[in-house]
Amino acid sequence: MKRLNRRTAAAIGSAAMLAIVLAIYIGGAMIPDSALQADFSQRGLAPSATHLFGTDFLGRDMFARTVKGLSLSLAVGAAASAMAAIIALAVGVAAAMGRSAVDHAANWFVDLFMSVPHTVLIILIAIALDRGAAGMMLGIALTHWTGLARVIRGEVLQIRAQQYITASRGFGKGSLWIARRHILPHVAPQFLIGLVLLFPHAIMHESGLTFLGFGLPPEQPAIGIILSESMKYISSGMVWLAVFPGLSLAALVLLIDRLGNTARRLFEPREAQL
Amino acid sequence: MANLKSVTIYILRGLTLLLAVSLLSFVLASASPISPETRYRLSHPGVSDENVEKMREYWGIDEPPAERYLGWLDGILRGEWGTSTSYRQPVLDVIGVRFKASLALMMSAWALSGIFGFSAGCFMAVFRDRWPDRIVRRICLFMCSIPTFWIGLVFLAVFAAALGWFPFGLAAPPGVPPEAVTLGQRIHHLILPALTLSFLSFANLALHTREKLADVYASDYVLFARARGEGEARILFRHGIRNAMIPAVVMQFGSFAELFGGSVFAETIFSYPGLGAAAAAAGTGASDIPLFLGIVMFSSCFVFIGNLIANILTQAIDPRTREGAAA
Repeated sequence: MKRLNRRTAAAIGSAAMLAIVLAIYIGGAMIPDSALQADFSQRGLAPSATHLFGTDFLGRDMFARTVKGLSLSLAVGAAASAMAAIIALAVGVAAAMGRSAVDHAANWFVDLFMSVPHTVLIILIAIALDRGAAGMMLGIALTHWTGLARVIRGEVLQIRAQQYITASRGFGKGSLWIARRHILPHVAPQFLIGLVLLFPHAIMHESGLTFLGFGLPPEQPAIGIILSESMKYISSGMVWLAVFPGLSLAALVLLIDRLGNTARRLFEPREAQL
Repeated sequence: MANLKSVTIYILRGLTLLLAVSLLSFVLASASPISPETRYRLSHPGVSDENVEKMREYWGIDEPPAERYLGWLDGILRGEWGTSTSYRQPVLDVIGVRFKASLALMMSAWALSGIFGFSAGCFMAVFRDRWPDRIVRRICLFMCSIPTFWIGLVFLAVFAAALGWFPFGLAAPPGVPPEAVTLGQRIHHLILPALTLSFLSFANLALHTREKLADVYASDYVLFARARGEGEARILFRHGIRNAMIPAVVMQFGSFAELFGGSVFAETIFSYPGLGAAAAAAGTGASDIPLFLGIVMFSSCFVFIGNLIANILTQAIDPRTREGAAA
């Protein structure tokens, strides 16, 4: 077989990773409720061929619950990172294009959201919105836009110094027109990659917050719920209740992180050597 | 020494941020759909209507929000942070006791991740792009993807449940009066939560140090040192570690926010009686709002002090950052 060049390999790799992520999401959404039902004749079974991840204290199949949980995490993570990325884009572009007062104000807000530990701030926002998925998503979004906003600001500042921008201004184009026609298209790849790389953080925070009881409600088989339920059974040796769902979550986080970094190599071959 | 003017500006900026944090958190806490009255009734079952009326007056619930905020802020500045509804003690007392326990945990985790993370980073850089580097880097990248609370659960399952080497939680054996707890017992209870808490920052610091040190190895002055005939060990200690140390130390001091956030999980899992577990508990159930707001303010100060030290250290260690730092 002919050796693939690195660009083709990266493209195939990211397509495959994207396919796995989508498969987990769709698979989880399609799991029928019957597969998540309690079956008291199957309580506390260790992992086997019929129950890949074993069953819990109510006889529920842990593999089905884990896939469902990952799918929930993906949905919450997607919403939260999309919100965070949009805030980052708005603030980043405004800071770079606006007057210096706007830049200072944006910088100050970045510092403000970095001065409270994220976990504490997310809990506070979750309490303010009476817990549940909406509060948690907003909390994650509000605490995670800062890094990407700085990246986008820097990127826009660099583009703004280019000669074609000066030329455009010379032709009498306004700031908004330049932002839309010249700057946004250049920032788009950064934005998308930033969004994908926010995903893992969002998922980890989602599961953590749900674990503490501030996120998804206990009826949902979210990974955080599964793990907090497992705590009571760890001492009696049912370690599979914690091990496999957690490992799956870590694998998913790692996969999305890889996806983001591979995509960056595709879009920006120069900046992402290594 | 550090530039006094830039430090002063930094502190002033930090104070405006803390003021903004107080406003933001107060607004958020007031936005909570559960009214303070309901909360009070929930946390004090069987309380008389008369007492509820007294509390309404004491808290100034019927006053306009701006006045309530100023009253609360005034209390914060005078050191009267209100009364915790779950502990029935002044908030500052609760925070003081809890923070002492947390500090022991956070500082041991901090030191652990600092020493071992830096060493692992140096190890990877020395073997850069060869198999030991690849293996350790893979492990570190995987560690970055593991949520703190899950690794805590795994430690609990393996070292406490299966092997029985460490206790299941708490800061001391149950039933022993506080003054009779030995230092050995305390350390024994501290090890698992500290390992859990250091897990993530260990990997972050190791990867960060590896990149910095790899840059040093690629530099001209290391090439020149090789040409002079300096050995690998000499290059590592004379050129590598000296240059990689600054960003590592700064990064460790800048990670107080993650440290505190991680302690919420590590302490909750190991039922460790620290401030992080108190924060998680204050948010659940009827929500102990006075305590939670106190923890928000306190943890923000904690983060601010870490960043301030990082800032001063950068200037003190690295003369290049001093020029124009006041700008």
